[in-house]
Amino acid sequence: MTDTPNTVAREVTIGEDFTLNFGPQHPAAHGVLRLVLEMEGEVIKRADPHIGLLHRGTEKLLETRSYVQGLPYFDRLDYVSMMCQEHVWCLAVEKLLNIEVPQRAQYIRVLFSELTRVLNHLLWLGCHGLDLGAMSMFLYCFKDRETIFDFYEAVSGARMHANYFRPGGVSRDLPEGLEARIAAFAAEMPKNIDMLEELLTNNRIWKQRTVGIGVVSPEEAYDWGMTGPMLRGSGIAWDLRKAQPYEVYDKMDFDIPVGKNGDSYDRYHVRVEEMRQSLRIINQCLEQMPKGPVKVQNFKISPPKRSEMKGSMEALIHHFKYFTEGFHVPEGEVYVAVEAPKGEMGVYLVSKGGPRPYRAKIRAPGFAHLQSLDHMTRGHMLADVVTIISTQDIVFGEVDR
Amino acid sequence: MKLFDFLKGFMLADMLRGHKVTLMNMFRRKVTIQYPEEMTPVSPRFRGEHALRRYPNGEERCIACKLCEAICPAKAITIEAEPRKDGSRRTTRYDIDMVKCIYCGLCEEACPVDAIVEGPNMEFAVDDRSKLIYTKDKLLELGDKWEVSIAERLRKDAQYR
Repeated sequence: MTDTPNTVAREVTIGEDFTLNFGPQHPAAHGVLRLVLEMEGEVIKRADPHIGLLHRGTEKLLETRSYVQGLPYFDRLDYVSMMCQEHVWCLAVEKLLNIEVPQRAQYIRVLFSELTRVLNHLLWLGCHGLDLGAMSMFLYCFKDRETIFDFYEAVSGARMHANYFRPGGVSRDLPEGLEARIAAFAAEMPKNIDMLEELLTNNRIWKQRTVGIGVVSPEEAYDWGMTGPMLRGSGIAWDLRKAQPYEVYDKMDFDIPVGKNGDSYDRYHVRVEEMRQSLRIINQCLEQMPKGPVKVQNFKISPPKRSEMKGSMEALIHHFKYFTEGFHVPEGEVYVAVEAPKGEMGVYLVSKGGPRPYRAKIRAPGFAHLQSLDHMTRGHMLADVVTIISTQDIVFGEVDR
Repeated sequence: MKLFDFLKGFMLADMLRGHKVTLMNMFRRKVTIQYPEEMTPVSPRFRGEHALRRYPNGEERCIACKLCEAICPAKAITIEAEPRKDGSRRTTRYDIDMVKCIYCGLCEEACPVDAIVEGPNMEFAVDDRSKLIYTKDKLLELGDKWEVSIAERLRKDAQYR
């Protein structure tokens, strides 16, 4: 910043510090990040992220919506890992209600959480590649993403904003034949990941752009509150799916990939390996998935079947109650977190009884990661800022919420 | 070993491997489609443009219970109702603001008489925002237009609902 009045033309000499506005309309800014960079030549001296351009007041809106109505808002937080966000809301509400979700619903949820993880990491890989100049990555990744979108559409009817998980289960059972399609995808996908890796892992340009860029030591990762692949890239094997297993993750056999140096290249490896581990979990889910109901059979919390609703007066009353007033959640406070693809996604939910939450605080991983941007970019070149924003996997829907 | 690594680097082995991948992809089956002429198949659960359905005898299904209005998270639906001349309760106004709508499908789930549905149509882009306020007449017209495919998808999905 300078104290020279704007009306006086400033003489710019070589080597003088200057301020650069990066975004909010920059294609590499991953949405609407406005970054004010204080530069010395091409070297970053300070990076100041300005957020809030995508603020929609989700937390406040949740207070005026019933628990079922609040669910679609979670799709729109981190709009590339939709079902993981729904998952955390459902788990929070279920914990307050103190109900047990049927086994099949738990498996379906884990299955789709892992599909979502692949979905998210594919987008990340494609965009990371695109940011660093590997255009074909973007196309190849989006081809595979399209397959997962088809699964999304088959279960929920929407390609992205699914609104599929519900407090008490999932909205509908998997349609016939979908399990076979997912199994075929899980069998084919490792080959596609091999292909993507073949393009990037040994590529000299890729290595020059990522190795040693945005290094985070394990201590720093702790201090900045990092979670997810950002933390694991620095060598800390922390994963909520292992550390405090929810749903059926305790029955799943998978590994936590960790990095060594904590640079962008390691985080790339961690995310690619996470995709493979997710595919392992998907296979196990498909093998172990039992038959049975997909929502709790308490019709105060989940709507009765349509065929029943049309015939039975009691079911009709439950149906009307569910869709007008919603269900009442007992008084209490709860913090529930899930391992979303980007890190720890949490909801702190306060209920004072009644059909609406009193307060819901969303803990978004991207928000915690963004605060370390200044630390990670300091001393790097301008072009590396793009790498670092990208490696943090920032999505503004969840940062600004 | 060092000499070998040097040679590999000098001969651009990493680049050539990458080029091999992109070259192979040139000969793979195309995954793109010619959109306006070709369409990808959609599932029976697809949530597209709304429509109000009628019974086979031409009577409108909607009974103005306002469940859809109540559940709509975006408050996109506005309903006014009063008894018709023959004494049955019907809507006098049924507006959906398609700009507000988030296509969550809760209105369809809530409707006890399968009146409001989200049909298979996704091509309803218009050049003027005011055209996206769908009135009752427009919705009923859409219902008549898409009835065959809507009935088909409801039939296919009925066992899961």
